[in-house]
Amino acid sequence: MSPIHYVVLSVILFVIGGVGVLVRRNAIVVFMCIELMLNACNLAFVAFARVHGNLDGQVIAFFVMVVAAAEVVVGLAILMAIFRARRSASVDDANLLKY
Amino acid sequence: MSHVLAAAPSGTNADSIAVETVFWILAVLSVGAALAMILVRRAVHCAIMLAVVMLCLATMYAMLGAPFLAFVQIIVYTGAVLMLFLFVIMLIGISSADSIVETIKGQRMAAGLAAIGLFVVLILTIGHAAIGPAAKTTAANGADNLTGLARLIFTTYVFPFEVTGALLITAAVGAMVLAHRERTTPKPTQRDLAAKRLASGHLAPDPAPGVYALHDAADRPALLPDGSTSELSVSRTLSPRDPGEEPRFVRPEETVAVTTESGEPVALPTTSSREADS
Repeated sequence: MSPIHYVVLSVILFVIGGVGVLVRRNAIVVFMCIELMLNACNLAFVAFARVHGNLDGQVIAFFVMVVAAAEVVVGLAILMAIFRARRSASVDDANLLKY
Repeated sequence: MSHVLAAAPSGTNADSIAVETVFWILAVLSVGAALAMILVRRAVHCAIMLAVVMLCLATMYAMLGAPFLAFVQIIVYTGAVLMLFLFVIMLIGISSADSIVETIKGQRMAAGLAAIGLFVVLILTIGHAAIGPAAKTTAANGADNLTGLARLIFTTYVFPFEVTGALLITAAVGAMVLAHRERTTPKPTQRDLAAKRLASGHLAPDPAPGVYALHDAADRPALLPDGSTSELSVSRTLSPRDPGEEPRFVRPEETVAVTTESGEPVALPTTSSREADS
């Protein structure tokens, strides 16, 4: 099984996650799509670690997971604060800083 | 067939076929789940689809010789992060479905074109890079995967590891600060609560649901002595059958704003309302 298949799969998942970030309006779903993109990057890292035969890519993927966990915690807390103020989780309604 | 058998022992050949089969199943499953994730409207369904993708990726990590990452993926992502998502969905509202109205004209078309462009660029880059086959050994860094990872994290990557700890504690403090709510109105005292109950005109405790009702269930209103049912006995979160619909019955005191900003006790109900009751 060539690692190129895993890399191509990670590209596909990354693009799908990017489309979700661009298209969806619910902020929670946008966060989930960002998680999907991070997961796709992790898959590419692990596949490249397999290609090179060392473990550095796996260590980087591990760090990506930790940073993603921190990002989710802060992002969802911001989302809760916005929802408390605006009673909406839609990214269209958080437009007070627009102009 | 002889040259194939000569090239590789039959055991590894069967193994590679099995690995290939599992890869294609997982690839189709994960891409389908990812597509479903951006297509379904309910946030809860998105979370379930994301769980499917993450479990597929965990299996692929195990196939790629990263068992530690496979377990971290299941424990941290599917276990912790996705549960956090579900908690926030429950807090914000399970019925928070996405609107399908395009707020910016032509945004979906532009997003699709951008996605196709990104896909083409990335695939061309990968095709240009000439990625080689899998290296034979990963044993250069340690006896096994876990030992090698531990050695790398605590020697070469020890400073990023420490910074990660600082990042995590900063994120925890930040989440606490952001999720904390300051009380803007004074806490209602027992006297305020008693006055509010008097003002509602409903002094007795609520009847329990299911008592003397036709079915012994929490969503069944209680039967009153005169034979009628009391909607007061059903919890407000249980009364709407469809998550999107408004509650059927709203308590009278919740429609009347009883304000105690000045700290003064709320005025007792006038006699006219009591006379109207009796």
